[in-house]
Amino acid sequence: MNTWERLLHTKPARRGLLMLLLVIAAALAAPLISPTSPDHLDPGARLLAPLSRSAAQPDTHHPGMLHLLGTDSVGRDTLSRLIYGSRLSLAVGFAAVLLGALIGTLLGVISGFFGGIIEAVTGWLIDVQLSFPFLLLAIFLLGALGGGKTAVICVLALATWVNYARIVRSQVLSIRNQGYVEAARAAGAGSMRIIFIHILPNTLTPLFVVASFSMAQAILTEASLSFTGLGLDPATPSWGTMLNDGRDYLLSAWWISTMPGLAIGFTVLAVLMLGEGMREVLDPKAAP
Amino acid sequence: MLSAVTNRLARAFLVLLAVSFLTFIIGHDSGDPVLLLARGDATAAQKQELRHSLGLDRPVMAQYRSYLENALQGNLGESYRQHLPVTRLIALRLPASLLLAATAFVLAMALALLSGMLCVVYRDGVLDKALAGLAVLGQVVPGFWLGLVLVLIFAVHLRLLPVSGAGGIQHLILPALTLALPTFGRMSRLVRAGILDVLGADYIRTARAKGLPERDVLLGHALKNALLPLVTQAGLELGDMVGNAFIIEIVFAWPGIGRMTVEAIQQRDFLVAQGCVLVIGTGFVLINLGVDLVYAAIDPRVRARA
Repeated sequence: MNTWERLLHTKPARRGLLMLLLVIAAALAAPLISPTSPDHLDPGARLLAPLSRSAAQPDTHHPGMLHLLGTDSVGRDTLSRLIYGSRLSLAVGFAAVLLGALIGTLLGVISGFFGGIIEAVTGWLIDVQLSFPFLLLAIFLLGALGGGKTAVICVLALATWVNYARIVRSQVLSIRNQGYVEAARAAGAGSMRIIFIHILPNTLTPLFVVASFSMAQAILTEASLSFTGLGLDPATPSWGTMLNDGRDYLLSAWWISTMPGLAIGFTVLAVLMLGEGMREVLDPKAAP
Repeated sequence: MLSAVTNRLARAFLVLLAVSFLTFIIGHDSGDPVLLLARGDATAAQKQELRHSLGLDRPVMAQYRSYLENALQGNLGESYRQHLPVTRLIALRLPASLLLAATAFVLAMALALLSGMLCVVYRDGVLDKALAGLAVLGQVVPGFWLGLVLVLIFAVHLRLLPVSGAGGIQHLILPALTLALPTFGRMSRLVRAGILDVLGADYIRTARAKGLPERDVLLGHALKNALLPLVTQAGLELGDMVGNAFIIEIVFAWPGIGRMTVEAIQQRDFLVAQGCVLVIGTGFVLINLGVDLVYAAIDPRVRARA
């Protein structure tokens, strides 16, 4: 069995994957499945509780729209915002993971392969980052940069590159002196060829585990940042901004803040279960 | 031992230096304080004069050097908004933050020890599974969201506790619980795993063989040895709490330094934000340093190696 098949045979990974696919499907099919536009304002339907209908339109005989999860303070449908919010949360999470993985892997490979001053500097950077509450620096950075999607992605990538750099560096250090690398070098392969053809592919599997945990971290951090109002543009539908929207209405309209939290919990649980499954498959010692 | 300590101290110092430089550069590049301070009808010449009097027309590195020199003497500059020394503003808010973090930390550790042991005693029972579920919950939802839910339950519906603000002990309960929960989840799992790990050791078999009651085996032998590796994690958790407390402080309108940081950033009062980040970061670095030193002191193996 290859790794992929073994992964599908572990229970947590299968469940996690299924849950994640569900969220991704909802994000992709948002225009088809969401009841209305996430930005559709209905001043006549403000702060409606879940399962209630907005008032019928006087000029037509249509009954009012059903709001399964209620509406927010300006009458926007919570369910629609939740579904469209998955797009932004997933996109930001994926982009941050990709960027972080790219930076971290590159620095990890270079410092592990070449050693010397680059390794010393990278090691020191990792040290600085790990011994400082990054979230705090992140909000400071975002306050200075002014928030927005690109800024949030960059900050999240900055927060997670360390995870990749550490694991890749230790992998490279253990692979560097293996027979097949020496054979390649003896055959006249250059450093770049050795790195990209012989070393990097062998570090990929543990990277996926790190990536899944970083994805969970990214989604949670994005929510925290947007909640403080320093992350994504407050007008865009994301789970973090929705949490912020509902904060002032906690006493009268509990659903606005509660629903996005559940969506975040569901997604993060899916990603973590997938990561846990991958770890089980990749690390025989961790398997029960 | 001594060289390991000096090495560790030097690293902590370098980290602090890097942090002070980063915060200074971010703060420096993120807005012109002159625009905040000058009156609307100020001429360009007046602005230039103000800039000169604040020393803002000097090279960046020179400004950083004097910022650092002042910081070492306990002067972090003056707030552009409130015209008070930053250190005084921080001193006003710091006690509330320390109280919250300390309460949450003690709460999390005490509950984690208790529940970790209960999970071992009633292994694979209902309680074990329920606590495992609680631990997972603490990992998958944002901590502040749990805070909002707790407010809904205990403050809005049951009306047992105040929604937010600071005052008596009843104001402390919800924020401390919220801050403690993720740490409690992780630590209780680790305590459980640590004890189970140790229970297979030879000295436990010996203790049981000589007829020691199970309670003494657990408390006297297993727990003691299982706790050692947890000291490091406990330190990391404390640092984590210090770093994450600001969101909890916002949710509960807790008058701490974390909330002040975010407010200062929102008001673009960057000297205050800079000072807050520096103070919190220093606390974090000192905690990590302390944990490493404590660990070296209590673990004979580390002591021998160093």
